Amino acid sequence: MFAYIIRRLIGAVVMLLLVSLVTFGIFFWLPKLAGQTTDQIAASYVGKAPTAEAIQDTKERLGLDKPVVVQYGNYLKALAVGKDYKAGPVTDHCPAPCMGYSFRSSQPVLETLLDRAPATLSLAIGAAIVWLGVGISTGVVSALRRGSVWDRASMIIALAGVSLPIYFTGLVSLALFSYTFKIFPGGGSYTSVTDNPLRWFEALVLPWVTLAFLYAAMYARLTRAGMLETMNEDYIRTARAKGLPERTVVTKHALRASLTPIMTIFGLDLGLLLGGAVLTENTFGIPGLGRLAIDSIRSGDLPMVLGVTLLTATSIIVINLIVDLLYAVVDPRVRLG
Amino acid sequence: MTGTAPAAETAGTGDAPASFLEVRDLKIHFPTDDGLVKSVDGLSFQLERGRTLGIVGESGSGKSVTSLGILGLHNKRNADVSGEIWLDGKELVGASQAEVRRLRGRNMSMIFQDPLSSMHPFYTVGHQIIEAYRVHNDVSKAVARKHAIDMLGRVGIPKPDKRVDDYPHLFSGGMRQRAMIAMALSCDPELLIADEPTTALDVTVQAQILDLIRDLQQEFNSAVIMITHDLGVVAELADDILVMYAGRAAEYAAVDDAFHRPLHPYTWGLLGSMPRLDRERSERLLPIEGSPPSLINVPSGCAFHPRCPYSELNGDRSTTERPELIELEPGHKAACHLPLEKRREIWNDEIRAKL
Amino acid sequence: MNKMRPIAVFAAGVVAAAGLAACGGGDDSGGSGSGPGYNAGNQAQVNKSDKKGGTLKFGDSDDWDSPDPGNTYYAFSQNFARLYGRGLTTFKPAAGKESLEVVPDLATDMGQSSDGGKTWTYKLRTGVKYDDGSTVTSKDVKYAVERSNYTKELQLGPKYFKQYLVDNKPAYKGPYEDKSDEGLKSIETPDDQTIVFHLNTPFQEFDYLVAMSQTMPVPKAKDTGTKYETAIVSSGPYKVDNYTRGKSMTLSRNPNWNQSTDPIRKALPDKIEVQVKQNADDIDQRLLAGSLDMDIAGVGVQSGTQPKVLTPEQKPYVDNPVQGFLRFMSLNQHVKPLDNKHCRVAVQYATDKVAAQTAYGGPLAGGDVATTVLPPSVDGYTKFDLYPQKQAENGGLDEATVAKAKQELQACGKPDGFSTKISARSDRPKEVAMAEAIQQSLAKVGIKVSIVQYPAGDYFNKYVGVPKYVHEHGIGMMIMAWAADWPTGYGFLAQIVHGDAIKPSGGNNLAEMDDPAVNKGLDDAIANPDKAARMKAYGEVDKLVMGTAMEVPLVYAKALMYRPKRVTNAGITYSYGGMYDYLNMGVE
Repeated sequence: MFAYIIRRLIGAVVMLLLVSLVTFGIFFWLPKLAGQTTDQIAASYVGKAPTAEAIQDTKERLGLDKPVVVQYGNYLKALAVGKDYKAGPVTDHCPAPCMGYSFRSSQPVLETLLDRAPATLSLAIGAAIVWLGVGISTGVVSALRRGSVWDRASMIIALAGVSLPIYFTGLVSLALFSYTFKIFPGGGSYTSVTDNPLRWFEALVLPWVTLAFLYAAMYARLTRAGMLETMNEDYIRTARAKGLPERTVVTKHALRASLTPIMTIFGLDLGLLLGGAVLTENTFGIPGLGRLAIDSIRSGDLPMVLGVTLLTATSIIVINLIVDLLYAVVDPRVRLG
Repeated sequence: MTGTAPAAETAGTGDAPASFLEVRDLKIHFPTDDGLVKSVDGLSFQLERGRTLGIVGESGSGKSVTSLGILGLHNKRNADVSGEIWLDGKELVGASQAEVRRLRGRNMSMIFQDPLSSMHPFYTVGHQIIEAYRVHNDVSKAVARKHAIDMLGRVGIPKPDKRVDDYPHLFSGGMRQRAMIAMALSCDPELLIADEPTTALDVTVQAQILDLIRDLQQEFNSAVIMITHDLGVVAELADDILVMYAGRAAEYAAVDDAFHRPLHPYTWGLLGSMPRLDRERSERLLPIEGSPPSLINVPSGCAFHPRCPYSELNGDRSTTERPELIELEPGHKAACHLPLEKRREIWNDEIRAKL
Repeated sequence: MNKMRPIAVFAAGVVAAAGLAACGGGDDSGGSGSGPGYNAGNQAQVNKSDKKGGTLKFGDSDDWDSPDPGNTYYAFSQNFARLYGRGLTTFKPAAGKESLEVVPDLATDMGQSSDGGKTWTYKLRTGVKYDDGSTVTSKDVKYAVERSNYTKELQLGPKYFKQYLVDNKPAYKGPYEDKSDEGLKSIETPDDQTIVFHLNTPFQEFDYLVAMSQTMPVPKAKDTGTKYETAIVSSGPYKVDNYTRGKSMTLSRNPNWNQSTDPIRKALPDKIEVQVKQNADDIDQRLLAGSLDMDIAGVGVQSGTQPKVLTPEQKPYVDNPVQGFLRFMSLNQHVKPLDNKHCRVAVQYATDKVAAQTAYGGPLAGGDVATTVLPPSVDGYTKFDLYPQKQAENGGLDEATVAKAKQELQACGKPDGFSTKISARSDRPKEVAMAEAIQQSLAKVGIKVSIVQYPAGDYFNKYVGVPKYVHEHGIGMMIMAWAADWPTGYGFLAQIVHGDAIKPSGGNNLAEMDDPAVNKGLDDAIANPDKAARMKAYGEVDKLVMGTAMEVPLVYAKALMYRPKRVTNAGITYSYGGMYDYLNMGVE
């Protein structure tokens, strides 16, 4: 088990190096393949008056004048040992692991990521709890009452949930519950949990529900399909033959077996979400990683993009490792190796 | 679960029988989009404690559905059940689901065909036995565990105190079936239904398991229903045989009668297709021609007539009139239009010699 | 200042239109038609009040380029920075034409010029203090100009001071590299209240230049370079409590601000909050619901919200000002056959401006059909139309207009028309729609254009602002938009029609116009101390430009602006491009 984790972690580091390399490549080599010069790339970071002098200054300031390989090497070096950054009259030291400074705002990347992560974490975890609860219970009831009015209604709602964009559901829920009935605070009211837990909760209810609606719909369908399959298993018949109450049969025997495949999907979903729930964050004005990612990509802010990408990749890798470990715990037939 | 209750108009109206288990005119029908599937269509039999009834028939003859019906394990949502099932003086068809559930595992239990798929892969064998025991007995986990180890030992699993914490996939096929049996017997059931208990096992292991069931039956004095398509198993274990065809009883007899004086052409066919180890076989096997009937469109008259080589001997009765199960000799019933003498003649002259 | 207007890229209200109309609709607007009236904010500040207190809440679908007064170019940022900083001069807090007037702010008076407009002297007010209690001196103003114009680190703002001030020899490297006490020699601070600027050329609109946030004082000891945006020292009525990029800015009263030193500010709210990176459609919902006071970007409501604000209940809270923006098409004089003036004139006639206007959102959200380069909200605007068009009864250009275009094509030697390319910014769907409308109208006289699209971020730096690229790819027509960095004819025209504005990349003179008469007209005007004569001259230059037929004005941009009921002193200022003036805004 221990050796397995070590092996996986080494794999993760290799993966992250690859991800960073690819991100670097997309940023530098693709524009160059498209025929752009370094000056042209640098020009987009200058502002509105890109004089030759300003472009030269910017190239030096951002290190774009060096070969891409050297830039990549410097990036890794900063990660390992940190680096100093000249912010004008003052010099900033960025300790390892230093993920560099934004090309746009000169803010340190790691600090920004850590500043944004709690919002995304709050959103993703809260929504995950809601969608797991609602999605799985709906799926179970639908499966047990297959063909009933409940089943049909919930599966139609689930279909709607899967098909409606968060943009739509988010804005409609804001219009209804916030601006018309004034039950929940409006967009942009996110507060850090450490500042004001009550407001944090209030502000996140609608985003949680909106985001969870999409996923709950998906999970309800998955759970329903899984349950229908499991309920036909021989061991469910055995459980009944033992005289177990139906509740025990469903929850202990059927649900547990149906949930294992969902666990894998959940790991992927949560990992991706932890890299930022772009649409939800944008709709509700939550300052999370997703918005940071989009803004950084749009403004060509390489260090920030790298930061978010690596963070997302890390969270996916870590959560998948956890899922795999859990899988071995849940299903004794699975052996890690 | 609030499935539609079984149609109970005809159930629970009769008098309590003297037999330990008595099934009267049991019908289990499944309405489907393609039509009504008559899996069991008017079946009656009795069974006493300490006795073993073998139910034989091809796949789809209704033998497994009968056993599930007795335990109340058929899909209640889409099945119409009528008739009566009396177990130790209690009628089960009209009983509430909760009542039947309480009987399951305690008064009646079941051993399934494939022990691997029939045990939950995520729980240890011990856990599953403990669960079965504790649902009917208000005891602590420790006591239940001791009982489970005890049961594993009694079904012949070596080092039961160690194996109790193993998962099913770590057991060999035979050991798994022993564990399954331990689970089924953990509450001393009065009725044990074994549905093809040896089909999925090696031939060498089969005999061990059959021995085990026989030993345990004697020890517990249970009534056993042995469902199988393997007449060899029946010959080995059963006192009586019920031959089923298309959801109905074709023949009911003591084992000796059934093997040596069978009175139904279908039974002859079954015997003919059975490999015999105890004697030199004269010719190759004699399989029954044709295939089992659709349970939606059961052939008119005698359901066996399309496959029966002697159906023409009855004029058109075979296709128009359904033969009833009639007691022809004491304790020996069969449902066939052929005159009794003719049957004895065919058996003695044509069939017996070929076996 | 075309970049000052961050266009909401995120699917502007696509969804909102369909989904929210049903549930949002003004059921909570109160007494219908009781507001101050449609377009009232264009003429005068609406809901005038001196009531102090409360929190004024702004929302922004984007973020600042930087809130550092020395490192910003956005119009709203220039407007808003005046709450936490005081430049030498500023624009009068008023609505409409009156807002174009420059008034002294940190300076006691307008600049005193000598040396034919090459030397400008300002006296600072006494007793102006920073939020830390220290006193503002003229050295801090000099330092602010130096850091914002001469350092490598602060690149985002305009560089007019660097362009017009006399440079050191060797060239001044900015205060971060050049640590000498003297700094830039052409800015003198003989005492703490006096600052003198020496220009390399006569420049009579220097009072406009020092109205930019770059003259807001920055104490050298407190400057942290690119990190200063998170630790801004305030000289205005509010101090910046917190600015977190991508999240928010909060301001509270600067206890050391003294009303007696500040005749133009009212400093009404106790607190000011700005939430950035908010959903554009949700900002509109919140404005209508009353939970937000102002969209700080000042570019109007999203297209999905437009029908909602035009209902009878909401309309009295709406203004539809000209935004100081011209949307136009430049015809590059080096791309054949547009090197021939007749071909260009043919395009002038054959471009259906009404169709272009419709494509951009119609008269309310798109703007008025334009016939001049200078928009009406800029000082120096003169109304004229060299290439009059008429619409046919059932839409499209009438036969006479089309005939004129064909006649010009004949004169150009291309009687059957010609082919070229038209460029637009790919992430601005309305601009692309405009290009399509133009494509269709030109096709009617045989001018076949194919549309090429480039991302807005690189439009000028990598594509149409690079003459070499334009020539090689034969892009004869380029759609762009332009607003003045300061609201006079010179501020508007110099960057787009003066020959000096042709640059190897990142230029805005897309036509590569280098007309001696135009150049001279602008150069003479800016050296002319007589304001009235200058303004008249701008109109003349505009006519000269139109005479070359290289620029095809399409629309004077307009927007539907919403001013919630509880906002006080809401008036449209032309000096920041037709948005509300934030200087004295308050809440009821």
